[in-house]
Formats: sequence, C-alpha cells, structure tokens
Amino acid sequence: MYAAPFSYHRAASLEEAVTLLRELGEEARVIAGGQSLIPLMKMRMARPGALVDIHLISGLNGIERSNGELRFGALARHAEIEDSRVASTIPILHDCAAGIADIQVRNQGTIGGSLAEADPSGDWGTALMALETSVICFGPGGERTVPLEAFIKDAYTTVLAHDELISGVHVKLPPKGSGGAHLAFKRTAPVYPTASASVELTLEDHHLCRDARIVLGCVGLTAIRAKEAEVALRGKTLDEKSIRTAVDAARAAADPQSDMRGSADYKRVLVGTLVKRAIGIAARRARGESVPAGHEYAGR
Amino acid sequence: MNMPDAKKILVRVRVNGKAREAEVEPRTLLVEFLREHLNLTGTHVGCDTSYCGACTVILNGRTVKSCTLFAPMADGGEITTVEGLGIDGKLDAVQEAFAECHGLQCGYCTPGILLSTVQLLEKHPKPTDAQIRKGIAGNTCRCTGYQNIFKSIRMAAAEMEKR
Repeated sequence: MYAAPFSYHRAASLEEAVTLLRELGEEARVIAGGQSLIPLMKMRMARPGALVDIHLISGLNGIERSNGELRFGALARHAEIEDSRVASTIPILHDCAAGIADIQVRNQGTIGGSLAEADPSGDWGTALMALETSVICFGPGGERTVPLEAFIKDAYTTVLAHDELISGVHVKLPPKGSGGAHLAFKRTAPVYPTASASVELTLEDHHLCRDARIVLGCVGLTAIRAKEAEVALRGKTLDEKSIRTAVDAARAAADPQSDMRGSADYKRVLVGTLVKRAIGIAARRARGESVPAGHEYAGR
Repeated sequence: MNMPDAKKILVRVRVNGKAREAEVEPRTLLVEFLREHLNLTGTHVGCDTSYCGACTVILNGRTVKSCTLFAPMADGGEITTVEGLGIDGKLDAVQEAFAECHGLQCGYCTPGILLSTVQLLEKHPKPTDAQIRKGIAGNTCRCTGYQNIFKSIRMAAAEMEKR
C-alpha cells in the first residue's frame, strides 16, 4: 500500500523542526517512529503533504529521574522504556511499555509520537493519565507545559498547534505507599487492545486508600478518568464492597463503541473486569509485593 | 501515476555490510526499497499492515517491520536482511536449526522469524518459553502451529552456546 505523495524533510534540532513546520504550513506533520502515523497514511486516513522527520534529533530519547519527576525525552522508544530500570520504578510504566504491540513496533515507536497521535486505543494516554503527567510542548515561543488531561482534546486531536511538537513527557513520582497497574486485553500481540485499564493507588497501613486514579482505555474517544470510581475508593478501606462500587462506577463511565474488536456491551464488561484486576494488583504492589502484570493476549 | 510533488531523494544505507543507495520517492516503504530498488527479495511483504512481521529486518541493531518505515527514515542506517545471515553460502546457526527442526513449511514468514530469532537470542541467549513467545509475538506463521519454530529456536540457542 502506498501513502499519498509527500515531501520529506529532516530536522536536526527542535528549533529546526519548528522552522520547517512554519515554512511548510498546516499540511506538514511531524514523524518520529512512525508506528501510528505510517499505517494511517498507508490507509489514506492521513494525507500530510509534507513530513518533518525528527528521529535524528539528538538528546531527545533520555529517561531520567530529576526534581521528583521521571522525565522522558519525546523520542524515548517503548522498548527503551521497557528495558529502563529507572522507568520500572513506576510499575505502571513498565506494564504499559512492555506490552505495546510487539518487539518490532516497540523498537521503533516513541512515547512522544504515541501521545501526539492520540489514538483512542493507544496505551500511553491511558497509563500516563493514571499518574500526574505533563506534556512539554515546543513551539516558536519556546516550551510550554500542559497537563496530559488538557493535552488530549479528542480522538486523534491534541492541543498542539501546527508548528508545535512534543519535546518531553514528565511524570511526577508517586508518593510512598503507592502502586499501580496497567492491564490491557488484546486478541493478539500486534493489535490495539480491546479495552485497557490503568489504576494507581496510594495506601496507608496497607488497606486504607489515601488516593486513587482509575483510567479506562479504548472505551471512548479518549482515555477516560473514571472519577466516580476513584471517589468510591478514596478515603475508604479497600475491601470487597468498596471495590465492587468502584468497578460498577468504572463500567458506567465507559463509553465504548461496537467494532471488530467486540460489541459495546462486551467491552463494558471487559473494562470492569480489567479495573477490578488492576485494583488488586495495584494494591499488592503498593504493599511492596512484586507482581507481574501487563497485556493479556492469546499465546502470551 | 501522476505525482508532481513527489521529488525523489537519495537514500544511502549499508545492507549486510555493503554500501547501497538509490533515489526514491519519499513514500517508498523500506521493504519496497530493499526488494524493488536493491533487488534483495529475501525480505517478504506479508500483510502490509504492520501485523504479520514477514517484512522484519534489523535496522541499527533493532528489529523493525520494514513495511512500516519510509525508506528515507533508514538513511544512514545499518540494515541486516535474511540475505546477510549465512556466511559464504553456508547457513548460520539459526537457519541450520530451522532446517533441522522443520521450523518452516511454506517459508513465507521465515525471513522475518529468523531475524526476530537472531534478536531474541542476542538479548536472551538461553530464552525461557515465555521469552520465546514474547520474542516472536510479532511474527505470524500460518503453517507450523509454532511448535517446530519453538524447537528450532531452542536448538539454535543450544548450538550457539556450544560455539
């Protein structure tokens, strides 16, 4: 399959990328790893007249801890995050990175590209929304920092102006006593999940839930914060009753569409099950247990 | 096809240790660049949708799906295709193991699976079953049912350990 014709431009720095985007106008799009954009271009669902390739900009793939934050360069690849010791100190990030598509896609796709594409079925938007995440946007006026929830406006739509791009992603380190999990269910490795759920909990004395964030993926036009579900846990003891209330609220917050991956009813049931399991794993991790988790698919 | 805006650009790469170049339209996919412009037809086009992994090659030390990269994105890169695995017409350990264990039937997925195996064994010289499953999860085989592929990978790991 062929993408529609485009002109190709390579940027050696963020400044050069912005200059190119300004010169080329609204037809131009940024490409990093290309793992979301290229399939869309081949299906002619995206037809940019020009591509600005940023993958050779140096110093933009770092993963480091600084100032109480975990800071990712926009070009950090999923596989690099999967293998990063620093990143796996927040388990939800490792769950997410290690399960995206397959190793070939993880070797090429980037965290910045995934967020900029804002695919409703993408994993990063869901996982990062369960944490306090800021997106660093670089444009003609320099940098601005946008909270992730404000950054994603709609399916495939972000606040980025046409001459702006992501330079980094900053995640606030969760307080002591926290644990999280990102669970996704997909039919096979290379496809997008049918549904996903990210849960981050902060516990006191192992059972009292100080804080909770519950995010649903693939069941709406963007990742959905299930705020009623969070309320059902916050300040409560984690027990069968509070968890059941949270799961019911999460199911109610889902807004899925029927498609080839499953009916809306099925996805609503599935996402509730994922939330329930994610709460259980997040709680065990918050208590210091090491629990493997991530994407579930046939043949895993 | 009439494409007034499609200015061709020069793409230079090293493939299997040799410097190669061609002038192509930017939308040329890496797999097409390899097959149609460099005449290296060992890399296969399977699904052409980033699913099946038949087009897997190693770019700068990492496996990628060459149907999901535009050729200019690989400019300046180092590529290994299935043609680069054997030495002087002799099969390498991974290829030998696949031949020995009947790890292929029609052979269509094989070039991609071989390269995924090479990468898997670089990272995990003694892979567990879970690591093998994860390592080849991006490669679809519709003939073997994967059992003989598992045997092949285990044999290749054992052979490479002996050397």
